[in-house]
Amino acid sequence: MEFTILILALPLLSFLVLALAGKYMPHKVAGAAGTASLAVVALLSYTAAALYFGAGRGADGTFATLMPCNISWLPLGTLNIDMGILLDPISVMMLIVISTVSLMVHIYSLGYMKGEKGFQRYYAFLSLFTFSMLGLVVATNIFQMYIFWELVGVSSYLLIGFYYTKPAAIAASKKAFIVTRFADLFFLIGILIYGYYTQTFTFTPTETALAGAATLLPLALGLMFVGGAGKSAMFPLHIWLPDAMEGPTPVSALIHAATMVVAGVYLVARMFPLFITYAPEVLHIVAYVGAFTALYAAVVACVQTDIKRVLAFSTISQIAFMMVALGVCTSANPNEGGLGYMASMFHLFTHAMFKGLLFLGAGAIIHAVHSNEKIHMGGLRRYMPITHITFLIACLAIAGIPPFSGFFSKDEILVACYHFSRPMGLFMSFVAALTAFYMFRLYYLIFWGKSYYEEQLALYNAGKCSKAPHKPHEAPATMTAPLIILAVISCVAGFIPFGHFVSSNGTEYSIHINKAVATTSVVFALIAIFIATIMYKGGYSRLTRGINRNLRGLMGAAYNRFYIDDIWIFVTKKIIFNCISKPIAWFDKKIIDGSLDKLASGTQRLASLIRPLQSGNVQSYSVWFLSGAIILILILIYFA
Amino acid sequence: MNILNLFVIIPLAMLLALWASRNLRQIRAVMVVGSSLLLALSAYLTIDFITQRSGGNTAAMLYCDSWSWYAPLNICYSIGVDGISVAMLLLSSVIVFTGTFASWRLKPLTKEFFLWYTLLATGVYGFFISTDLFAMFMFYETALIPMYLLIGVWGSGRKEYSAMKLTLMLMGGSAFLLMGILGIYFGSGATTMNINEIAALDNIAREVQYIFFPLTFIGFGVLGALFPFHTWSPDGHACAPTAVSMLHAGVLMKLGGYGCFRIAMYLLPQAAHDLAWIFIILTTVSVVYGALSAISQTDLKYINAYSSVSHCGLVLFALLMTTRTACTGAILQMLSHGLMTALFFAIIGMIYGRTHTRDVRQMRGLMKIMPFLAVGYVIAGLANLGLPGFSGFVAEMTIFVGAFEANDLFHRTVTIIACTSIVITAVYILRVVGRILYGEPTNEEHKLLSDATWDERFTVICLVICVAAIGIAPMWVSNLIEGGVANIINNIQP
Repeated sequence: MEFTILILALPLLSFLVLALAGKYMPHKVAGAAGTASLAVVALLSYTAAALYFGAGRGADGTFATLMPCNISWLPLGTLNIDMGILLDPISVMMLIVISTVSLMVHIYSLGYMKGEKGFQRYYAFLSLFTFSMLGLVVATNIFQMYIFWELVGVSSYLLIGFYYTKPAAIAASKKAFIVTRFADLFFLIGILIYGYYTQTFTFTPTETALAGAATLLPLALGLMFVGGAGKSAMFPLHIWLPDAMEGPTPVSALIHAATMVVAGVYLVARMFPLFITYAPEVLHIVAYVGAFTALYAAVVACVQTDIKRVLAFSTISQIAFMMVALGVCTSANPNEGGLGYMASMFHLFTHAMFKGLLFLGAGAIIHAVHSNEKIHMGGLRRYMPITHITFLIACLAIAGIPPFSGFFSKDEILVACYHFSRPMGLFMSFVAALTAFYMFRLYYLIFWGKSYYEEQLALYNAGKCSKAPHKPHEAPATMTAPLIILAVISCVAGFIPFGHFVSSNGTEYSIHINKAVATTSVVFALIAIFIATIMYKGGYSRLTRGINRNLRGLMGAAYNRFYIDDIWIFVTKKIIFNCISKPIAWFDKKIIDGSLDKLASGTQRLASLIRPLQSGNVQSYSVWFLSGAIILILILIYFA
Repeated sequence: MNILNLFVIIPLAMLLALWASRNLRQIRAVMVVGSSLLLALSAYLTIDFITQRSGGNTAAMLYCDSWSWYAPLNICYSIGVDGISVAMLLLSSVIVFTGTFASWRLKPLTKEFFLWYTLLATGVYGFFISTDLFAMFMFYETALIPMYLLIGVWGSGRKEYSAMKLTLMLMGGSAFLLMGILGIYFGSGATTMNINEIAALDNIAREVQYIFFPLTFIGFGVLGALFPFHTWSPDGHACAPTAVSMLHAGVLMKLGGYGCFRIAMYLLPQAAHDLAWIFIILTTVSVVYGALSAISQTDLKYINAYSSVSHCGLVLFALLMTTRTACTGAILQMLSHGLMTALFFAIIGMIYGRTHTRDVRQMRGLMKIMPFLAVGYVIAGLANLGLPGFSGFVAEMTIFVGAFEANDLFHRTVTIIACTSIVITAVYILRVVGRILYGEPTNEEHKLLSDATWDERFTVICLVICVAAIGIAPMWVSNLIEGGVANIINNIQP
């Protein structure tokens, strides 16, 4: 499996070439180079997966963990930071997810970014991101993961700030980087504790080392989870993700929906064997944080008007589902309580596909109407049929309607939740229903109702508006092809026997639909869709306006994301900047530096005080000389 | 002849040649040839050193030599290098070389500028190759004095004030240092000034060490921007011309860390062990305090100067942890900070040369106007905030992992506090990047400015390659310095 090195090397090479020589390339060449390298990477990933899973299970019923290469990168005393490639079921699965979505985004961007200034730079950053993300998932040890974790963070920063002349994009990129960096601080401390006490950075410390570290392991794992929560936008560290939508839409699809934001989930999954054995209570915290985030984000998503923000909050909510699924695990055996692990990974897989599709669809819509706001849409189904159908498929998938992929993975999550406790199961079922509601609200407001274009056209024809409106049009083939491919995957992915490949202890687990849970959740979802249909199918109906009026307070708070962002702004701007940094700068200037200046001026003053003694006046010298001599004589007489 | 002598002979020859040169072309030729020779020499030395080490030569120092200079006081001109000094020599050569290109178009009094610049370099090289206390002190002073003129004459802003302040504070440090050195000399029985011999004697009484360790450590610490003796650094850097800022932050501040390690800690090991906690507190303050101060600065050079306080604080912090890994990290951080800060100051100087302002509030959208410099600034910023792939990450991680080996509550707490600097660094770097580079250019005059010239591009590219080389392949550097660190650390164990 040594060829897997190419999976990392190709995107890196493509990044270097595009970054250094991109300036001299025409757009077409740069785009083709980036896309071609990604296509090869995708092929290699599929080959690797086929070979890996094709090799079959070992004697203990699990797929072998392979390490095709591992070099010692930096020796640190007794510890070592290694760099290498680790292949096990989840990393192979992630390879497929990342290379597929990334390839789709590369193709899609050929059309979406056509003619943009900085096209080559865009492809360079995409390659950098893909390289870092692939490096993250195949990491052989926690430190390598941290290294690539930082690299995906910076690629995300660069891509969010791609439109670097736009103030909102600048602020968003900065916010994304700093918030995740803040979380990474905890991650780093967690790694330090983990590394020190287990005497290794690998994921599989020896039994004796683990026994010795048992008391501090929960702390280390908890801190790592904080890092994961930052990247995966868990409450209250989620604030960067909605703003990150300032980046180009394909980037949102790739980084902020399908791959990078699930890195936190992947981290917890990676450390899962340790979590379940040594820190089950931390796992429960994961579950509660996830559950709260899922609800919070779903509620906020119900009232947003910017379609990308709706999708952003929906992403937060869905990632929280994955976190919850991991958190509700109570044993490492998939038949006894480890179902959540499989469900989480399954949802990660299906979510990447349909959420990628939603974002790419949203990109096509934004491309067509030149706005992110829902009021500029409406009635688009007549103008963009392909986008409409694929978007609908994705909505059905995320809402959990059979036979689309989201149904299967979400069902497994809900089963795991009911297994954990009944309230948890009911709670998550409710959030799942909310998901169906806000997604169909979005769907109806975009594709149904009154067409903004037609309204404007009527106004223009009547002479009330001077500018002819822009007619929405279907996207070019480079953009619709990825939509169709992802839509097909979203339709069929549910039938993948996922438990065959991935399960919490590695042994085979056959998925079976729990009829009671499935029926409840589908009924819930259908009711939610029905309500959304009544409320939004014809645009904002009178009923909807009435509801909005009565719930004005709640809606306002939800629209402003319950003021969490404002609290953060208050802490950073007011407290850290004004109450800590400024006083320190003042202290440095006035007190520390001031006292030195005082020392200097004091010396000068002292000097000017005694300077008159050297007057050059012979008489005064003789007076001083005489008085000195007399004093000396007196002293001598006195002591003698 | 001992190859190390060349490190003093070449700069001295350069001084003579500069003195004799008559026009700008000759001056440039002397500087380029001289600094390239020095760079080649350091590269050769590094390779030869590694070859000898891997050939099984385990002596503490290689290329040792000694000539008596003033016998009654046992003063010798003794030289010798270990891995740490080799790394420092390489760093100095890179900075001197790139600094030459950064001041390619410097005016007026070009000849005089380069004379003082080369004299400063002589002092630096001499310091790193010496193993004799007195010779080290002499070279140390040689490096300090030109600074006064370089800032006072070729500087900008409140240059006289800053030059005076910098010189007085560093001279104050030297006074402490001289006392410390004399204390070491007489404490060890006044038989030798050679560092290695004093360390081998290991006969300085614990009480004597308690007195002279703080003096020596503070003496060098002033140059290493130890809180609260760091205030020369912001003013000094802000007023210094580009190449001087580069050399000062890149190399001269490293003399502080190097001296603390090689003299204070190596020769006074018991006190270094017992009194470390006092200085650990001060350095922890430096790390966090410097970073926090940087957030609210508005002058680019001040931001970078406070950032240097923070990063150099981390060097001393790591040294005081007295674990092998942490000290290796400290040396790595010296290298990394030297290169990164030189890069930063070079770019800031280039921006300032065009916009004639360093106030972050007055610049906007530079990415559109001077893309090369702006990208260079972003790279320098990312390296500074510890992005993997650049040297800063390797150094910081080595330090943090190493500091964690010091296993008690106090060391753990300060380590975690020091770790927070990685977040604060991100804040002040990205704030500036967002403010001055991104956005639409607002100042009409700035829109007419040009991008970097070839000599400026060359400077930036050289430094970026060095920073990335350490970041991507750190093992050879850490192998290089490990032996020297181990030798000193083994002396410190209680």
